[in-house]
Amino acid sequence: MVADMAEEQRVDRLFQALADATRRDILQRAMAGELSISALARDYPMSMAAVQKHVAVLERAGLVTKQRRGREQLVRSSIETVRSAHHLLDELEAIWRERMHRFGEVLAEPTQGGTP
Amino acid sequence: MSMTSIEKDVDALSMVVTCEFDAPVDAVWELWADPRKLERWWGPPTYPATVVDHDLVAGGRVSYYMTGPEGDQHGGWWRVVAVDAPHSFEIEDGFADEDGNENPDLPTTTMRVTIEAKPEGGTRMVTSSTFPSREAMEQMLEMGLEEGLSAAIGQIDAILAPG
Repeated sequence: MVADMAEEQRVDRLFQALADATRRDILQRAMAGELSISALARDYPMSMAAVQKHVAVLERAGLVTKQRRGREQLVRSSIETVRSAHHLLDELEAIWRERMHRFGEVLAEPTQGGTP
Repeated sequence: MSMTSIEKDVDALSMVVTCEFDAPVDAVWELWADPRKLERWWGPPTYPATVVDHDLVAGGRVSYYMTGPEGDQHGGWWRVVAVDAPHSFEIEDGFADEDGNENPDLPTTTMRVTIEAKPEGGTRMVTSSTFPSREAMEQMLEMGLEEGLSAAIGQIDAILAPG
């Protein structure tokens, strides 16, 4: 029941993030375990900055989180988090917030043929 | 309208939404009891609801469908458990198949609504939803009615599957 703009933008970001083979590869590897950005940069024929950019796209889509440990930046998949009961309840909350907003709007309308 | 609280209980898989309205109890009740009013707020603007049957009495049934941007239709129904108009009712909220019949394979949500006058004026409405299991809640969100991110998340495994 969530089909609002914000939700659509989230979906767009998600599909944009997954539309690139390198990013899909990074995500799959992150799902298998923690990764450091420098290790990723060694494995792909691209600069550290380019890898950082890919990770940032995945991060904005809510697919990975980044964490600093000493001099290393670690990438971790957040797909399990996304699937958690907590997250599901957050989505339901968003549905009900919108629903109650509309409820209030309909309620605030002047009644047809009502008393002036 | 002011939303005074949303309490989510991850262990009990429940959510309680409390709202206050500057309107009398009867007017708030009407938004559930009048199908033409109900369909104006139940579905989002992109998935408007059309209420087909509406019998808000104990043992009664409400059925509706929501129409998506592609003309896709998603049916739902309420089995009315108890009603004390205009103050409370309890329903089971479930999914329908393509013919509008109850789909027993899909989970139902129990929802209890109470509407009461506040001593200082206005009305307080409390909506409590309880899901049978985490799997049920997940399934519910991934169903047709819940387009968007959940559906996309559901496709991630397929997208990531090694070709």
